[in-house]
Amino acid sequence: MTAAFRTTAAGRLKGAKPVSFSFDGASYQALEGDTLASALLANGVHLMGRSFKYHRPRGVLSAGAEEPNALVGIHRDAARKTPNVRATVQEVYDGLTAVSQNRWPSLAFDVGAVNDIASPMFSAGFYYKTFMWPKAAWKSIYEPTIRASAGLGVAPDRPDPDHYASRYAHCDVLVLGGGAAGLSAALAAAETGVRVIVADEQPAVGGALRFETGSAIDGAAGWDWAQATAARLAAMDNVRVLTRTTAFGYYAQNMVGLVERVSDHLADPGHDLPRERLWQVRAKRVILATGAIERHMVFDGNDKPGVMLASAARTYLNHFGVLVGKTIGVFTASDSAYAAAIDLKQAGAAIAAIVDLRDNPAGALIDRARALGIEILSGRTVVRASGNLRVASMTVRATSGGPERTIPVDALLMSAGWTPSVHLFSQSRGKVAFDTATRRFLPGDYAQDCVSVGACNGTDTLADTVKEAIAAGEKAAKAAGAGKAAALKLKAETSESWAGGMVGAAPGAGPDTSGKAFVDFQNDVTAKDIRLAVREGMRSIEHVKRFTTNGMATDQGKTSNIHGLAIAAEALGKEMPEVGLTTFRAPYTPVTFGALIGHAKGRLFDPTRRTAFHAQEEKLGAVFEDVGQWKRAWYYPRAGEDMHAAVNRECATVRKAAGIFDASTLGKIEVVGPDAAKFMELMYTNPWEKLEPGRCRYGIMLREDGFIYDDGVVGRLAADRFHVTTTTGGAARVMNHMEDYLQTEFPHLDVWLTSISEQWAVIAVQGPKSRDIIAPLVEGIDMSDAAMPHMSVREARICGAPTRLFRMSFTGERGFEINVPADYAAAVWDAVWAQGQKHGACAYGTEAMHVLRAEKGYIIVGQDTDGTVTPQDAGLDWAVGKKKTDFVGIRGLKRPDLVAKGRKQLVGLRTKDPKVVLEEGAQIVADPKQPIPMKMLGHVTSSYWSENCGRGIALGLVAGGFERMGQTLYVPMPDKVIEVEVVGQVFFDEKGERLHG
Amino acid sequence: MLLIHCPYCEEDRPELEFRNAGEAHIARPENIAEISDEEFAQFFFIRSNPKGLIYERWRHIHGCARFFNAVRDSVSDKFLMTYKAGEKRPAVKAGEKA
Repeated sequence: MTAAFRTTAAGRLKGAKPVSFSFDGASYQALEGDTLASALLANGVHLMGRSFKYHRPRGVLSAGAEEPNALVGIHRDAARKTPNVRATVQEVYDGLTAVSQNRWPSLAFDVGAVNDIASPMFSAGFYYKTFMWPKAAWKSIYEPTIRASAGLGVAPDRPDPDHYASRYAHCDVLVLGGGAAGLSAALAAAETGVRVIVADEQPAVGGALRFETGSAIDGAAGWDWAQATAARLAAMDNVRVLTRTTAFGYYAQNMVGLVERVSDHLADPGHDLPRERLWQVRAKRVILATGAIERHMVFDGNDKPGVMLASAARTYLNHFGVLVGKTIGVFTASDSAYAAAIDLKQAGAAIAAIVDLRDNPAGALIDRARALGIEILSGRTVVRASGNLRVASMTVRATSGGPERTIPVDALLMSAGWTPSVHLFSQSRGKVAFDTATRRFLPGDYAQDCVSVGACNGTDTLADTVKEAIAAGEKAAKAAGAGKAAALKLKAETSESWAGGMVGAAPGAGPDTSGKAFVDFQNDVTAKDIRLAVREGMRSIEHVKRFTTNGMATDQGKTSNIHGLAIAAEALGKEMPEVGLTTFRAPYTPVTFGALIGHAKGRLFDPTRRTAFHAQEEKLGAVFEDVGQWKRAWYYPRAGEDMHAAVNRECATVRKAAGIFDASTLGKIEVVGPDAAKFMELMYTNPWEKLEPGRCRYGIMLREDGFIYDDGVVGRLAADRFHVTTTTGGAARVMNHMEDYLQTEFPHLDVWLTSISEQWAVIAVQGPKSRDIIAPLVEGIDMSDAAMPHMSVREARICGAPTRLFRMSFTGERGFEINVPADYAAAVWDAVWAQGQKHGACAYGTEAMHVLRAEKGYIIVGQDTDGTVTPQDAGLDWAVGKKKTDFVGIRGLKRPDLVAKGRKQLVGLRTKDPKVVLEEGAQIVADPKQPIPMKMLGHVTSSYWSENCGRGIALGLVAGGFERMGQTLYVPMPDKVIEVEVVGQVFFDEKGERLHG
Repeated sequence: MLLIHCPYCEEDRPELEFRNAGEAHIARPENIAEISDEEFAQFFFIRSNPKGLIYERWRHIHGCARFFNAVRDSVSDKFLMTYKAGEKRPAVKAGEKA
């Protein structure tokens, strides 16, 4: 069955396979190659959506990417529900299901349309004024209600099951746009042998040749030439032709982002194809051949379904073989609409009249229209289009005023002329220039190696376009390094004309009128709204835009920007360029997050780092926490234990017997070379020259400003070799910091830095039994206290594997850290674990580690320090070499503010009630009864329940803390005030005797 | 995404491989422990932040890992030239392409 408005008089889908689709539950027939819009129009369906704010019935405006009205949802399955799809872009496939949006209960009867009647309440900026009071109602009532009643489609509620591909590509010449200009340029460049990519957003190349039937190139009809040229280009080894591919963003140094829609047009895409593919193309030269977009006329009722751009109606006829109406009116200020009227008339539609704003339109097209008997009403304007769910009539009068005449129509075509598509040019940071003669913005100063050709450059005739494009293609190829090639010659002839045009509101929609003459269809902005913005004091187009939301919808004002600017300029009594043009930004058309993300989602979003002991820890039932990219064992709950119980047990076991801990994530850097000690002297506050090989030292690293940057234990393996450890989070930046100084400030030092974080896996064995546990496994060294005291390091073998064995402690107990090559890690862990079992040891996680170190007052850089803490503030003054003449931070430490009294200092905090555990981050005050805002003295940096101390323990940064020992301070909480006593940092084994055995 | 010429690798590589490291040609005073507060402030805090030509440090961190210097136009973001660390500050005029 042929759809009612499908004609055999024109169109290129003849013989195409019939397919069926549904819209709002009703089934329709389409032809393969249809867009959803053309298929609905073929079935006489013009009503496709409801507008954003007023819920006005809307049909298609355009036949392309600029569509602001016909936005629908495409429901492929339960998870694949894509909202806000332009019906003019979506290709129909067999079984396609589309639904309308922003209406309830149905598209034809929409309760929300009451907004249209109540529209005086909803003028531009209404939400800034109307919903001010009461304040609390904005969040609870106004905003949710407005959001529910205004809007677009519904986002899918399930994860996106599709996959998206991503590619980088390089080429000599990238041509954006596959119309007459783009293809001519691409061909000219390709013939020289350079690498060319040409991209077009449509399913087939051709651009305006899709609807222009009066053009011929190289002896063939324009469309046929375009297809043949694309095939010729695609067959060349040095050319890639991409269709259904939108250039959405133009970035620095000719990097252009393209999105290729790979499978949205297929009935059964299968699992192998990505839905979309992102191309990031770096081109030596870019040729912009992006064409022009027709402007609508701004008059009352210009948004009725059936009112559309002349070029759109012509596309539906000449490409899809669809008549947009039977009795068609035309309202124009440009010649090109005449061609639409002529084509439609010849295809059997009645042309009610051509209403032309111009007093004396003249030219071949006008003559042909007249010869076909079409009534031409020149010097007239359409003051109003009427109709309910579809345009039914247009009301015409002279531009100067006078009596009105109403003419019945079922479609109304409009053309206010053509706006060059300078979006990508503008995105490339090129500056547009206003052409006073034609009242349009054209590419002015270029910022990148690109050139505009054809309609986007303001070149109006086909012959000039092709000539300009060939020259540009050859020039770009030459600039990209091409050799000589025979010059390309293409003969281009046309009977088309794009002359004429106007900007702003049509006569009859002036400041004294009350109708709704839409400027921006998608955001429901009328000429009146723009004048209101000017009346309310907006002077710049940037302010007008934000006040009215003109051009701020997802179509980015492709049809509305210039009209909006012209109306604002008129209201301000200024020229358009004085009011300014808003900046075009990427993306040109909406881009899915899927395409931008590509494969970087789910497990591939960010690398997960697991230590060499991960499997062992899993076997022991570890609960893991994320520390940066690392998975670290947090605690090891046994049957019936919660986190609290597990941590208490782990902490007690370490101090009673021993604990086994995975310390692999600490950063490790090997500093090697004849000047290694000199370099260490400069990087750390501590002295290193006299540290004997085989001994360790706790080092503090500062930034030049004197604040603590990192800390860690450093072992000197040999005179010229240091094994440096860093915090887990600091591993990469400490390496950078060292490299920076070594390369740029101290390049005279003969030192090499190597990251060895992943080379050595580290098992910490801590507790009174630690030596008993590991001694039987270690070969070749004396581990007695005398031979291997606290803070020493030995190179030896453990379980037959090489080890760097540190005697050091982050728990306050006798402790060892066994460094083994990661490949041996699992075997060594198993052996240590088996030994540990004989001595009552347990595995402990990061939480117990934190508690144990806090019991000893050991700081964690980044938790107890925050980038404004000096070694003195942290109570670590002893670690700063007083006799040193230089180290990074030495001068910063002497800054007046860093030696001033009253600095925040790290102290211990004992809650008066031992059962109370403070909250980390809680603020500390001297007087809890003072008025709010209170004077804060500092905050709690670390706080835990200590099973070993039988009380809550905490560290905090407190102003003048060292001089407040014994003072009572207060921690105000929402429900109570907690009393604390300022004490020293060490809560357990204050003398540190346990370290030594 | 910018293309950056690494003077050590002698190749144009994408920005992703590099990291900016602040203004160039600010030498750490050799007698830093003795300088005045004003001199320290000048060295550590004060940056020229020009509109136009900027001399800055970059690191080819995901390549050869070397620090080097660049002359860039802070308005257009364009690199005019790059050169090795330790080389003299080249005289470049705005709008000049070295």
